[in-house]
Amino acid sequence: MSDAEGLLAVRALACVRGDRPLFAGLSFTLEAGEALHIRGPNGLGKTTLLRALCGLSRPARGEVRWRGARVSDLGEEFTAEVAFVGHLNGIQGDLTARENLEMTKRIFVRGAAPDVRAVLERVGLKAQSARPARYLSQGQKRRLALARLLVLRRPLWVLDEPFTALDVQSVAQLSSVIAEHMEGGGVALVVSHQAFTVPGIRDLELAHYGKRRA
Amino acid sequence: MRFLHKYGAPKRFYRLAGRLVPWFAAITVLLFVSGLYLGLYWAPPDYQQGDAYRIMFVHVPNAWMSMMTYVIMAAFAATGYVWNVRLADMLAKASAPLGASFTLTALVTGSLWGKPMWGTWWVWDARLTSELVLFFLYIGYMALQASIDDPQRAARASAILAVIGVINIPIIHYSVYWWHTLHQPASLTVTGQPKIYMTMLIPLIVMSIAFLFFYLTMLLVRVRSEILLRERHSDWVRKLVGAAS
Amino acid sequence: MKGGLLGAMRAVFLRELLVFWRRSTEVMSSLVFFVMVTTLFPLAVGPERRELALIAPGVLWVAALLATTLSLNHLFASDYQDGSLEQMLMSPYPLSALVLAKVAAHWVLTGLPLALLSPLLAIQLALPMKAVATLVISLVLGTPTLTLIGAVPAALTLGVRGGGVLVSLLVLPLYTPVLIFGAEAVAAAAGQGFASVAHLSLLGAFLALALTFAPWASAAALRVSLD
Repeated sequence: MSDAEGLLAVRALACVRGDRPLFAGLSFTLEAGEALHIRGPNGLGKTTLLRALCGLSRPARGEVRWRGARVSDLGEEFTAEVAFVGHLNGIQGDLTARENLEMTKRIFVRGAAPDVRAVLERVGLKAQSARPARYLSQGQKRRLALARLLVLRRPLWVLDEPFTALDVQSVAQLSSVIAEHMEGGGVALVVSHQAFTVPGIRDLELAHYGKRRA
Repeated sequence: MRFLHKYGAPKRFYRLAGRLVPWFAAITVLLFVSGLYLGLYWAPPDYQQGDAYRIMFVHVPNAWMSMMTYVIMAAFAATGYVWNVRLADMLAKASAPLGASFTLTALVTGSLWGKPMWGTWWVWDARLTSELVLFFLYIGYMALQASIDDPQRAARASAILAVIGVINIPIIHYSVYWWHTLHQPASLTVTGQPKIYMTMLIPLIVMSIAFLFFYLTMLLVRVRSEILLRERHSDWVRKLVGAAS
Repeated sequence: MKGGLLGAMRAVFLRELLVFWRRSTEVMSSLVFFVMVTTLFPLAVGPERRELALIAPGVLWVAALLATTLSLNHLFASDYQDGSLEQMLMSPYPLSALVLAKVAAHWVLTGLPLALLSPLLAIQLALPMKAVATLVISLVLGTPTLTLIGAVPAALTLGVRGGGVLVSLLVLPLYTPVLIFGAEAVAAAAGQGFASVAHLSLLGAFLALALTFAPWASAAALRVSLD
């Protein structure tokens, strides 16, 4: 069997924090339209893994390939295809909700981008769009951060605990947005402790790769 | 970069350095003894400064070493940054306090030499001033290293600082010299351009090589303890420490 | 896509202006600091005009340098805390270009007002009128260099213990050449005038050098700090 190169391929990945190994020997492949739900107890390095996968930090060993090429060689070509929502919302509190998304559009999108007002309406922040973002509630801020996914329209979504602070309705909405993304040929990596249902999403238990003795 | 594999190299280097240290130390002692003999007894007194000039045999090598160590440190740091070689990171980190102490020694001996020369402990002489700025650069480098917990990040961050510093050193150096010529008559510089006699040059060279070997010896000693510290979770260090206690 | 890059840089630039404008206290504080420090000198040295005129170039330049150093803490800190900086690393454009736009906006809000305000303080310190133009030019040429160089330590110390003081510790030795030539240019203009052009062109050379290297180094520093 040839080493089938999916859209995103992870080979023998190992990450460390400081001097301590977190996990090692992690491999998986995602084809277009596939998604992975990464689980595992605290302190195993789920956030570190996601940051390594979207090129923010460098893994200790192993490699990540995107469309067959090494991520470290692609540089900005790769980051231009990733949408990352981390623990931090990435929202500038002194700008309004709408200005935040407008800036995202102008700084991060090459070529055509969707209408920001339509996106705000979709995530239910239309009424708040002219308010400085720091006056939004935690859940609203999270929704604004996730709205970036719809503005960017990038093929790889990397989401770190995206459901934090979201109400039941918003959890369902985000789940359907992820499903839609997969139907459109996108790939998603989701770290979450919360239960959510997205048809066809696969599970990955990070604890299986934890702290192997070298 | 296979030959500098991240976990293999420090372990092997630890052993290698352990074998080299006694030899380097012996060479250092030998050079210091002969250098001091040549400088303090063999070389004749200066016709103007008498015996006071002999502090030059400590001051000048330290001033040279202070600059050279910064360049070496930056080269190690850049190697570590670009090729992700952990041993180079450690060598850079271990170099910094040594370079800082060379700089401090150069400053103190320069000031001691200044007292009989100028009648005051401190003069804004070009060489002393640029040594002082260099000392600040070392302090900054060490402060940055010390304030970041993650050794990987500390190494990468301070590598950027070291490279910026190394680009800046010549600019700072020439700015200070230029500033000095603008404000002071040139005759005040420590070594001016007096003719250096063979009898002074030979001890100076021997002492310089002695300080170079002192640096190398101390670098090996320091990097050995740095390796132990960083690899404390690995099996070989545990075995080593277990065997020792 | 060159137009795209310039568009993104302009967006970063405008975003900075907008944010800083809404938080105008931060912009004002470094300016007020500049004014206060220069005011302290006559109080410490005495009101003798000849003495003040003698130290004025140095005082104004050191004060400008300290005010710039102080303002460096605002350059990346809030974007680091709210995660915007992390997002900026995911831009399709070179990070160094975006950093350059950010630094430019920062300078327009801190360095430029400082240069424009300096004639007032020059009068306070009895600097000869013929040196005032040189003072403004030297600050307009020198302060962007200070901000550009300072961006690197500011990026390196993000999220680090005692970041604020550490930035000054790292950056002040690197500022010595700019300080020497900036103050010297003004002193020369106050004294015999002819040499100040040479100093100003050296300040210009430093600016060109900083423009080439600093954004790139700051981008590398940001990647390290956000790793």
